[in-house]
Amino acid sequence: MASIPQDAVPPQQGLRPPPRAVARVIYRHKLPVRIMHWINAICLLVLLGSGLQIFNAHPALYWGQQSTFDRPWLAMGARRGADGKLTGVTSVGSHVFRTTGVFGVSSMEGRPTVRGFPAWMTIPGPQWLSMGRRWHFFFAWIFVINGICFAAYALVGPHFRRDLAPTKADWRGIGRSIVDHALLRHPKGEAAARYNVLQKLTYLIVIFGFGPLIVLMGLAMSPRMDSVLGWLVDLVGGRQSARSIHFLLAWGFVAFFLIHIFEAVVSGFGNELRSIVTGRFAIDDTERAHETDE
Amino acid sequence: MKLMNRRRRFLRNALTAAGAGVLAGCDRLSQTDWAPRVLESAEHLTHAVQRVVAPPSAMAREFGEADISPVFRPNGSTNPQTREYRALAADDFRGYALRVGGLVARPLSLSLERLRALPSRTQITRHDCVEGWSVIGKWTGVQLSRVLDLAKPAQRARYVVFRCFDVMDDGHPYYESIGMDDARHPQTLLAYGLNDKPLPTPNGAPLRLRVERQLGYKQAKYLSAIEVVDSLAGIGDGNGGYWEDQGYEWYAGI
Repeated sequence: MASIPQDAVPPQQGLRPPPRAVARVIYRHKLPVRIMHWINAICLLVLLGSGLQIFNAHPALYWGQQSTFDRPWLAMGARRGADGKLTGVTSVGSHVFRTTGVFGVSSMEGRPTVRGFPAWMTIPGPQWLSMGRRWHFFFAWIFVINGICFAAYALVGPHFRRDLAPTKADWRGIGRSIVDHALLRHPKGEAAARYNVLQKLTYLIVIFGFGPLIVLMGLAMSPRMDSVLGWLVDLVGGRQSARSIHFLLAWGFVAFFLIHIFEAVVSGFGNELRSIVTGRFAIDDTERAHETDE
Repeated sequence: MKLMNRRRRFLRNALTAAGAGVLAGCDRLSQTDWAPRVLESAEHLTHAVQRVVAPPSAMAREFGEADISPVFRPNGSTNPQTREYRALAADDFRGYALRVGGLVARPLSLSLERLRALPSRTQITRHDCVEGWSVIGKWTGVQLSRVLDLAKPAQRARYVVFRCFDVMDDGHPYYESIGMDDARHPQTLLAYGLNDKPLPTPNGAPLRLRVERQLGYKQAKYLSAIEVVDSLAGIGDGNGGYWEDQGYEWYAGI
């Protein structure tokens, strides 16, 4: 999430020299964007961990209004063999996988324990549904308030129009951008100061698609909210469908996170990280081909 | 290339450490006195906002006969073993009477026969367990508001407390409570029938609460008495229910 630099600012004294031959340092991310970015990052981590804790209370997913207990589309469980040993089993549709150690059965304080997701992925670590719910709903509120603040900031101010909305030139260059991404080529010079078109589209889908949708699917699981959100529950096929979509969207966020970090790494992690912490981003203006010096 | 590998390794380790740090931190905070209290503040916000967005009068979705689950999955107690309950069950609950007391002008003792003689309501609703699963059942019973009208609660009454026959593993009896707005909701029933049959034992025979628009643990089974109060302090551990005393939310609308 960046704002386009208005003016190039000279590197500050005492700043660590950027990793590459650099002509200038720009002010890329404004303070509100940086703050909201990190609040969001913490929220997503806690929401994922506590969400998996809640999932573990009944580690099975269904489609429709109700739970068809004999026909989950996803389930994690355990089987005890003749030798008394536990095997973790995950089923997706009619496919069954042995997932001992990760899903179904994993180690808790050195002992194999029957649970959906392992303790290192859940908040809290041990099975503790009520505490998982406390964490989840508290951070859900922060996530929602932070999201509303970001949307207001982006839409009332210039951030959305100037930085996030793809331009006509962006749309024309989408093919080249796909090739560049596939080859891990990253823009230099003035182009590096802006978001590229795939980046813009990804941010738009995640922020204005995944974000509101995962909240709505969470609310669709609320029996109180269903008295006014019945249309939404029906639209997605029922409360258990909403629970499934909520779960899948959470993994959509994880996928986004992995790609986000990967792209930051291949385009210069130190520089990217600094820009989302301090706002300052180094731009390589030297007219060179795309090979990196690493 | 070497530099890249070292950097990658550093990055991976840093991210893993940061993630593990947050998770460990959350575990430690969960054990403190103050952090869960901060987290609990969200419950009040959720309740306040949901009351506005989904007003007290809003009705829970009702389903059709075709949607009824083949088995209404029971949870928690499924066969209370207290002597009092077993004696009543052995006699097919002929000696059963629901006591209605507390801050009421007319304390009552209502036999099943008497409850069945009151105007009834039948509704097919979805039951959502806090664990995440849902089943759909058809409930028949008397609206709690009718029973309250007979008992005439005092002006200062704020909650209805439900006493149950079942004793949990830790030796504490099950109990629950709801606010007056939910108690007066047209879909809040003292149910004696499930799917056109008398309420089965695993589902709370002879009488259970249905408070649609809240999670399963609020739907107290095996009711022995209801009590109208102005405060939940002094009942159980003071949090308004057996599971609430174990850390679950009193407001279970989500």
